Amino acid sequence: MKFLPLLWGSLKRRKARTTFTVLSIVFSFLLFGFLMAIRQAFRMGVDVSGADRLLSIHKVSLIQPLPISYLDRIAQVPGVKLVTHSTWFGGIYQDPKNFFGQMAVDPETFLTVYPEFILKPAERQAWLADRQGAIVGIATAKRFGWKVGDKIPLQATYMRKRDGSLGWEFNLDGIFTGAEKGTDTSNFYFHYDYLKEAGPDRGTVGWFIERIADPKSATAVGKTIDERFANSPAETKTSTEQAFAQGFANQVGDIGELITAIVSAAFFIILLVVGNTIAQSVRERTSELAVLKTLGFTNRQVLVLVLAESLLLAVVAGGFGLLIAWTIITVTGDPTHGFLPVFYLPEYGLVLGAVIAVLLGLLAGVLPALQAMRLRIVDALRRV
Amino acid sequence: MGNWLSQVAAVTLLNLRTIKERKGASASAAFGVAGVVTVFVAVLSIAAGFQKTMSSSGSPDTAIVLRSGSNSEMMSGLRHEDTRVIADAPGVQRTAAGPTASAELYVIVDVPKRSTGTEANVPLRGVQAAAFDVRNGVRVVEGRRFQPGKNEILVGRAAAQQFTGLDVGSTQRWGENVWTVVGKFTSGGSVAESELWCDAGVLQPAYRRGDTFQAVYAKLDSAAAFPKFKDALTTDPRLNVSVVRESDYYAEQSRAMTTLVTVLGSIIAVIMAVGAVFGALNTMYSAVAARTREIATLRAIGFRSSPVVISVLIESLFLALLGGIVGAVVAYVAFNGYETSTLNWSSFSQVAFAFAVTPRLVVEGVVYALVMGLIGGLFPAIRAARMPVVNALREL
Repeated sequence: MKFLPLLWGSLKRRKARTTFTVLSIVFSFLLFGFLMAIRQAFRMGVDVSGADRLLSIHKVSLIQPLPISYLDRIAQVPGVKLVTHSTWFGGIYQDPKNFFGQMAVDPETFLTVYPEFILKPAERQAWLADRQGAIVGIATAKRFGWKVGDKIPLQATYMRKRDGSLGWEFNLDGIFTGAEKGTDTSNFYFHYDYLKEAGPDRGTVGWFIERIADPKSATAVGKTIDERFANSPAETKTSTEQAFAQGFANQVGDIGELITAIVSAAFFIILLVVGNTIAQSVRERTSELAVLKTLGFTNRQVLVLVLAESLLLAVVAGGFGLLIAWTIITVTGDPTHGFLPVFYLPEYGLVLGAVIAVLLGLLAGVLPALQAMRLRIVDALRRV
Repeated sequence: MGNWLSQVAAVTLLNLRTIKERKGASASAAFGVAGVVTVFVAVLSIAAGFQKTMSSSGSPDTAIVLRSGSNSEMMSGLRHEDTRVIADAPGVQRTAAGPTASAELYVIVDVPKRSTGTEANVPLRGVQAAAFDVRNGVRVVEGRRFQPGKNEILVGRAAAQQFTGLDVGSTQRWGENVWTVVGKFTSGGSVAESELWCDAGVLQPAYRRGDTFQAVYAKLDSAAAFPKFKDALTTDPRLNVSVVRESDYYAEQSRAMTTLVTVLGSIIAVIMAVGAVFGALNTMYSAVAARTREIATLRAIGFRSSPVVISVLIESLFLALLGGIVGAVVAYVAFNGYETSTLNWSSFSQVAFAFAVTPRLVVEGVVYALVMGLIGGLFPAIRAARMPVVNALREL
């Protein structure tokens, strides 16, 4: 501890350089924070998908509807605890740019199957009782400044109302939050009954979601469901929610991976540059280190001193960068307005960032520190 | 003036010649800039490539007619009578075979992606014979066209490359129908190359669509005929449709993806650039510090301060330019032409495209590098010029 002023002194030796080094480390780790958030966003919620949920879609493709009569038949499959359904509405709020998912669901079973959507009890009651009611996730509510009680007009793109018009209106009864950080809170849910009553009643839904008793039997239960509808006009394809999310992430393709790979490479280039600067500043002080040794500092003390300096620089600046990244990402959320609904800095990103900061400090400091330790006083003092 | 210029030249040459004595620091500054430019160019080349595919898909003299309110083919629906009225509207190009207009269906089928083995939404388009004349440059490069009335499909070049089981001669089973791949086509790199085509008349019963379609593609007499065509359809009481130019339609479809990549790319590039500027500042400050005595000597023998400022700036710009060029070249070599496919949010189906490192991106990258160099050199340059001669000479 008594060497702290000495450490401080050497950092102050070239104030400008220390400042710039600190700032470039701060910005590198700010970048790293965004990198982790982008990576997470492109995983499309694979990490938070429920292990006890299955999804049944039309075998040919997700856009083909399934008969609602399947609901009861799926419910009878052994191992299925509860089944609910969801139908894509695809409406436009004011402008096609304002994209967010809208689904017609059966509220009661839907909220039971998705316990991660947290709704105040009063709002839940209000929604269940209001046929024209809807709930929306906090992310979308914030984005458009919606409050409970608002009337939300949506322009349908293919769900024409009975009177031939495309204009739908919903009462916003509740705003839900996510139980976990990765929960997607960008969607809008309303009563399937309202869709059926005011719009086209085709007797079909988009897809079914099953809650199963035992996640280990997921494959078997899925197979049983699909077998029930084999050789019918609408065959199903059932998979775990996680497999579905993974499939969706694969559809988006390697773009996310490529962006993260490119940026990671760049991050390490910057670290290399910064590391070089740190090492350089130690090398410049060779003669000063020799003076310290002359004064009686042991080899070990010199090694620790040099390492402590680079570690201090890297950890403090890196930690600060991560903190800024975390603050910005938490406050602003999805920077693309709806395309990456789950945009947050995951904890493992923060931990990984901290580890990299420590490594940066150690690696940048270790070579010059070793040199400093092995330094022969006579040689060092002879140099100019 | 001549004297001033020769002073600038002398100091600059001195600086540039001594770069090799400061190899490490100079290289690391250039390295940092190169990294930023690589990322900038590479990430934006994704957006550029996607846009290129989408924009080569649209022609201003082709119109797409959808049901009003629909913003994509997927959501649209038209009756058979509607498609007749549309094909007979004024402005549609006519040949001996009739109007050059194709009523089409657009559905998606699940086909495994080659890169991951998991299923992806591949667009299957049912077309009429005129489709080959409506779109420019559709060429069958392998096999033949499908025969009307048969379960045969013609696959786009990019679709055959990105997804499995679409080679000519193979069969695919979707729902209750078995399809045979009979040919492969190209269309000048447009989005159609990601699609599978079949006869609309066969797709209708296969997907229980009755006698309905989703869109009409019509070739017009000229791009100028569009307003006439549009007015005729939107004022027709029998129809309830929206009419867009094909070029506008695909520009709109590419917006989501382009926005996404551009927003992410810009955030990354700005943060990185700030980081790299601090690196450059460090390098240039130490470059100036290392030459304190030389600079002071020059000032003492009558050199003015502005040549010193300019020479430091030139050195910093030179390093940045070097970094910028290296970065752009690396991005070009590593990513230009890289073929991949992604989900087009607007049509909910796969689009294959190639990354495009365009000349414009390269120029932007290099300009970006020079801006970093300018900022990184400016403050050290001013410091060099302000240094009091006496103090500087005394420094060791």
